[in-house]
Amino acid sequence: MNSLILRATSRLILPAALIFSVYVLLRGHNNPGGGFIGGLIAAAGIAVHALPRGHDGLAALLRASPKAYIGAGLAFAILSGLPALFLAEPFLTHRWFFPGLGIGTTLVFDVGVYLVVIGAVLTFLSYYLEG
Amino acid sequence: MILLALVAFAFISALLVGWAGGRSSPFVAVIPFILFASFCVLLPQVAGGGIVLEAHRWIPSLGIEAAFRLDGLSLTFALLISGIGGAVFLYASAYLRGAPRLARFYVALTLFMASMLGAVLADDLVLLVVFWELTSLTSFLLIGYAPEQAESRRSAQQGFLVTVAGGLAMLAGVILLGSVAGTFSITEILDRGEVIAAHPLSSAIIALLAAGAFAKSAQAPLHSWLANAMVAPTPVSAYLHSATMVKLGVYLLARFDPVFSDHALWIALLIGFGAATMLAGSVLAMRETDLKRVLAYSTIVSLGTLTMLIGIPGELAAVAVVAFLIVHALYKACLFLVAGIIDHETGTRDSSALGGMRRFMPITAAVALLGGLSMAGLPPFIGFAAKELVYETGLAASVGWVLVAVALIANAAMVVVAGVVAIRCFAGAPTVTPRKPHDPGFAMLAGPIVLAALGLLFGLAPWLVGDGLIVPAASAIAGRPVAYSPSLWHGFTPMLALSVLTLALGVFAYLRWDGLRSTLASIRQIDRWGPDRGYDHAMNGLQRLALWQTGLIQPGSMRVYVGRMLAVIALAAGATLLLRGGFAMPSFADSFAPDLALVLLLVVAVLAVARARNFVTGIVAAGMVGFIVALVYLFQGAPDLAFTQFSVEALAIVIFLAIVGRLPFREEDYRTRPERLRDMGVAAGTGVAATLVFLSVLSQPFDSRLSDYFRQTSVPEAHGHNLVNVILVDFRALDTLGEIAVLGLAAIAAAAVITGLRRRAKEGRP
Repeated sequence: MNSLILRATSRLILPAALIFSVYVLLRGHNNPGGGFIGGLIAAAGIAVHALPRGHDGLAALLRASPKAYIGAGLAFAILSGLPALFLAEPFLTHRWFFPGLGIGTTLVFDVGVYLVVIGAVLTFLSYYLEG
Repeated sequence: MILLALVAFAFISALLVGWAGGRSSPFVAVIPFILFASFCVLLPQVAGGGIVLEAHRWIPSLGIEAAFRLDGLSLTFALLISGIGGAVFLYASAYLRGAPRLARFYVALTLFMASMLGAVLADDLVLLVVFWELTSLTSFLLIGYAPEQAESRRSAQQGFLVTVAGGLAMLAGVILLGSVAGTFSITEILDRGEVIAAHPLSSAIIALLAAGAFAKSAQAPLHSWLANAMVAPTPVSAYLHSATMVKLGVYLLARFDPVFSDHALWIALLIGFGAATMLAGSVLAMRETDLKRVLAYSTIVSLGTLTMLIGIPGELAAVAVVAFLIVHALYKACLFLVAGIIDHETGTRDSSALGGMRRFMPITAAVALLGGLSMAGLPPFIGFAAKELVYETGLAASVGWVLVAVALIANAAMVVVAGVVAIRCFAGAPTVTPRKPHDPGFAMLAGPIVLAALGLLFGLAPWLVGDGLIVPAASAIAGRPVAYSPSLWHGFTPMLALSVLTLALGVFAYLRWDGLRSTLASIRQIDRWGPDRGYDHAMNGLQRLALWQTGLIQPGSMRVYVGRMLAVIALAAGATLLLRGGFAMPSFADSFAPDLALVLLLVVAVLAVARARNFVTGIVAAGMVGFIVALVYLFQGAPDLAFTQFSVEALAIVIFLAIVGRLPFREEDYRTRPERLRDMGVAAGTGVAATLVFLSVLSQPFDSRLSDYFRQTSVPEAHGHNLVNVILVDFRALDTLGEIAVLGLAAIAAAAVITGLRRRAKEGRP
């Protein structure tokens, strides 16, 4: 998969995909988008970047095992539910910092979803590239 | 608030202990000691028979509360868990100095301690089950401390499977109990014990709860996991597998003893299995030379004793349970830690290769002697008082002479084990050991010294534990206030005669230990027909079943098993429609022109897939189908779904791009004509069945209750306009959490499978 064309274009695709994925993640509350779609877009961008560069290229880009992204994502999702427990409400009852803007613990939860999706796709990819 | 705060503190401190433990700092022991001190402060509130209750909202829709209860029984356990925890943490900081993966080890150990505290303090059945399973999980991580060793992995898995299978039985029992009682609150269940015991389902509840407790507390025939768990580092063996976790089953039985104590099945199960476990453990302990395994089997004997004592009705039995529980935790943790010191300092823990160690490690020898004398049940140690109580309870029971005979054998075995661990290694002529032995430092000696000293102190001054702990705890087990004043000396009684007989029998067996051990160890039938081998057979059977089933459904050709899957779907859906007569045609009145144009495009794309003669064409054509379906979503007013579909299609093409280079790439379709016809049949059948099902679904009137609800509440309650996302992250956030957890686990599991396949390919195996 080490083609020059892919190598060159992926340099443009990766930042575009990452920025777009974050935009999709953030707008998800009121418009089509959200953590799941954002995660897929980011994963696709990273995959395009990693394909010509192999396993080492992916590792260098991520700086951590893709499995760590899964763990971090789950931690974010669980953490977002904890504030409710301290206010004597059921787990994952979301709190709002700026209700008008839709900013609250839901965003933390969605970031968790985003990271898990990236981590899951890239875990497959990284083991595939290793062989 | 105090109980929730203590449990939460224990959980949160895991990170701190992990950080300190990674540096082998003795500071790790501070957290358990803080907890121990806190429980000591609560002691006066409970000593007079008081109960501390508190409840917090948790899952109100299911009637489940985060409720906690501190009475004599739970306080006894909490003190043992935190106190022995402190000794073990301190010991571990020296014992495991420089070992790998220490931070993870201490995090798991602290989480275990927190789960244990949660389990014994829980006043809600569901909460109890949650903490119970957490102890199994952390035990799995701790037994499997050295995952590179096959033995360690097997033992961790065995312990986990046995205790979790028991936990599932217990969960079933808890659900039954909850529905019979109409509440999950343990306090309320204890209040209406007579109604529950008289309920027709009570036998089922007892059998299920007992199954869970027996698995956790290693009752025969489920005992072998405990002996195998000795591959764990010694601090883990001392803490989890002798002093605390294995007592959780005993705790469960003791907790519900007031409800079922007069039920015939309860009495029969507990006394029967308890006595059988005592005998099995006694015989098995005599066959071993490994100090830790000898101690493990003697722990099994003690767990059997506790189970049997709980099964015997009456207040005396309740007192005996608590006394024996405390005594056993003290001396067994002490002796385990001593065995660890011997192992650590000499490089071996094979008792047949050890002798004369008192010259090199005099302090350890003295501590071992104190612990051993308490275990052997000699005065003035508290072990003596506990043993007298066991005999007294047995003599008063209805089938007393049988129980006394069993207890006599078990206690004589205890004398032998105490001799092997505490005297044999230290007496006689010194042997040559792999390492040059000497007494360890303060951190490793402090715990055993305190534990051994307490065994002596409580024996000389039994009132120290009597009024504050034993009486309130025994009252909780009996379900009514118990009057008892502990004393060491009872005068010349039948119990004293039995004690002398026990000692004589034990010393006799100890002096002939070498011959006895080799005779018993040479009985191969115990290994061949024992439950440990049975476990292997069960696991092999399970794997063979999985292999057979996988071979049946997934013979290794993607095309074949996708074909079979689709055929099953087509046949099942088609047959259901045909037999149940559900087929109906919707009206196409409100379809509009753009849809029809898309349908035409879709038909073209589908034909292109069908006509494709190589992979690349097929993939591109299938991608087209996906994109057109996404367009359909878009036109039907589901932009979110369309967006997701677009992303998935794009990602799928990237992944195909990566894979296609490695597939056998052939220009032409290599299937024979009959194969192609068969595939066509499957594809057409699936398509027709799916079409018919969707037509029938669309002909039904649309139920808009849910979508109306979400449309109305989305903005006022969740401050979001995107319904799909609001449902995902807010209304059904718990479902989403479960889904992403599954997604992550699936990725990790797939990675593990790929690694395994690759290793096989490298080693040239099929």
